[in-house]
Amino acid sequence: MMWMPELPPFALFFIGALIAAVTRGPLRGAIMVAIPIIGAIQLSMVPEGLHLQFAFLDYQLIPYQVDRLSLMFGYVFHIAAFIAIVYSLHVRDTVQQVAAIMYAGSGLGAVFAGDLLTLFVFWEFLAFTSVFLVWARKSQRAYAAGMRYLIIQVLSGVILLIGALFYAAENGTLAFGYIGLDGIAGWLIFIAFGIKCAFPMAHNWLTDAYPEATPTGTVFLSAFTTKVAVYALARGYPGTELLVYIGAAMTCFPIFFAVIENDLRRVLAYSLINQVGFMVVGIGIGTALAINGAVSHAFNDVIFKGLLFMSMGAVLHMTGRINGSELGGLYKTMPKTTVLCIVGAASISAFPLFSGFVSKSMVMTAALENGFDWIWLMLLFASAGVFHHAGIKIPYFAFFAHDSGIRASDPPTNMLVAMFIAAGLCIAIGIYPAALYSLLPYDTGYNPYDATHVLAQTQLLFFSALAFVWLNLKGLYPPELRSTNLDFDWIYRRVCPNILQRIFSIIWTVDRTLRHAFLVRLDRCLTFVAQRNEGVSSLLSRTYPAGSMVMWVAVILGVYLFLSFVQ
Amino acid sequence: MDNEKQHLFDDPKNVKRLLWFLYISCALLFALDFVIHRHVAHSWENLWGFYPIYGFVGCSILVFVATWMRTFLMRPEDYYDKDDSIDIDVKESPVLTKRQVKDEQHTKLGDYDVDA
Repeated sequence: MMWMPELPPFALFFIGALIAAVTRGPLRGAIMVAIPIIGAIQLSMVPEGLHLQFAFLDYQLIPYQVDRLSLMFGYVFHIAAFIAIVYSLHVRDTVQQVAAIMYAGSGLGAVFAGDLLTLFVFWEFLAFTSVFLVWARKSQRAYAAGMRYLIIQVLSGVILLIGALFYAAENGTLAFGYIGLDGIAGWLIFIAFGIKCAFPMAHNWLTDAYPEATPTGTVFLSAFTTKVAVYALARGYPGTELLVYIGAAMTCFPIFFAVIENDLRRVLAYSLINQVGFMVVGIGIGTALAINGAVSHAFNDVIFKGLLFMSMGAVLHMTGRINGSELGGLYKTMPKTTVLCIVGAASISAFPLFSGFVSKSMVMTAALENGFDWIWLMLLFASAGVFHHAGIKIPYFAFFAHDSGIRASDPPTNMLVAMFIAAGLCIAIGIYPAALYSLLPYDTGYNPYDATHVLAQTQLLFFSALAFVWLNLKGLYPPELRSTNLDFDWIYRRVCPNILQRIFSIIWTVDRTLRHAFLVRLDRCLTFVAQRNEGVSSLLSRTYPAGSMVMWVAVILGVYLFLSFVQ
Repeated sequence: MDNEKQHLFDDPKNVKRLLWFLYISCALLFALDFVIHRHVAHSWENLWGFYPIYGFVGCSILVFVATWMRTFLMRPEDYYDKDDSIDIDVKESPVLTKRQVKDEQHTKLGDYDVDA
């Protein structure tokens, strides 16, 4: 076992994916479950530092570098991969299973990348492997959504590559450390990270593609892509004030869309952006406490958002529906899923004793301590809002509300086990946060459980619930309606195509008119010239008298005669 | 639980009980504001009932604004599919029972599993 720490985590997953591709049945299941377990054991033995480096052209590449920040993400990615693999054990679809493992491996490759070129390679790998989880749904809609997803992800990668080249030119190194927003390279890489992090106006790939993926695919998707981006921002741009404002916007705007969205997995996609917003704010503040908050919230979010996506995946798997307008009353026949979903809902809402509370409160405290008062108010509003749409709306419309008459039973055992593990972690971290805190990059001695915090958060949440009840009883709560809500993707799915179509139709019309006008002119010219020579037996007249024809024939014959004499 | 049995919230009394639990909890939490001395970082936190009122008003505004947003953001479900002739048969499959879901998955998986 001495060689094991030398093997980068991504390599284990890629090799595992290869083996899984050529096996089948229970053996493949066993191999898939074993990969993250072996990986986690291996990772727990790895010391910090550079583990793999070589020279490429003029640059030193470091494909495998370990420090506390990357370790944190490494651990949670192993946990997420394990849970998602258990959740998808019933799937018999080679492409999807292999793509999922490769995707998890790419995520690990990206967080342990020590240089920008390696990061770029895994950045693109993330895109190309994950899109198969969307396409595996095998509907036309999923295909189109996957295509849009892939284009945006690859675009982000290309911008990252250009940024990395600029960075190398500016600094003479490709090492991935603090980058900051000075110079073109800094901005390009920032934009590349921002696209993957679902910054406002670049967020629609997420709400577009995730709800179209397979029930199991979405669980994988929710764990890796955005968290890799959060990790990259935490390494490259800690303390960048712009991130505070971007993050605050990310926490607030999606909750409005989530309230009126019908597809419950799309509601979760919006709340994913909202949660990533808290992390981005933490990174933007950049103090030890704030970074700790961002990283630990990423850690917890992977687990509780995974749990929520799993519970909704179970609903979709068992009933074939996911729209709030068609569901309801499922608690009667899916009691276990209901309870597990409520644990996830309580965690994302940051109820005391659940995992969200111990990490989100760090970001909020840091915002207050560093004088971002208005940002703090926005975060507080977003906290109430996330409880409203993810904490109440998701369980309420799926499992309670009006009885839809669907009598689907709880999902297969493997799905329940995966959800149970995730729920257990949510509660364990909530009750005993010290274990999580000991893994964090900084030691801040933060204690979430003081009377002030607990009381404030509980008051906020209970009165949010009261608002929900009041609005519902008064009939003011917007009903779930079958609908599409326009978001920023309307710009590139509707407006741009329409504008292009219009521009082209104008170009074609102008082109046709011009050609037509030219032909008419030409025709007129010819007519004019012909008219000028009308009647006369000249070179350009329209009619020739028979006499002149006879004369010309005589001339040709004469020339023939002459030529024959010349010969 | 049996299918046609009376379930927990089929009885309106239980719903009432849950709501009363919520109301009383809210009242208690509000009262705690006057008992527990909190160490504040922001002057607004000194206001009595800041968090409860913020939560309640914030959520109400959230819902009202979101409802208002529907007036100009809401489109038919097939809005983006309309102009693409290829997208006609992409509707979410009609309601399936558990068995049908499983059956369908198996037939689907059957032609997809291109194992060695």
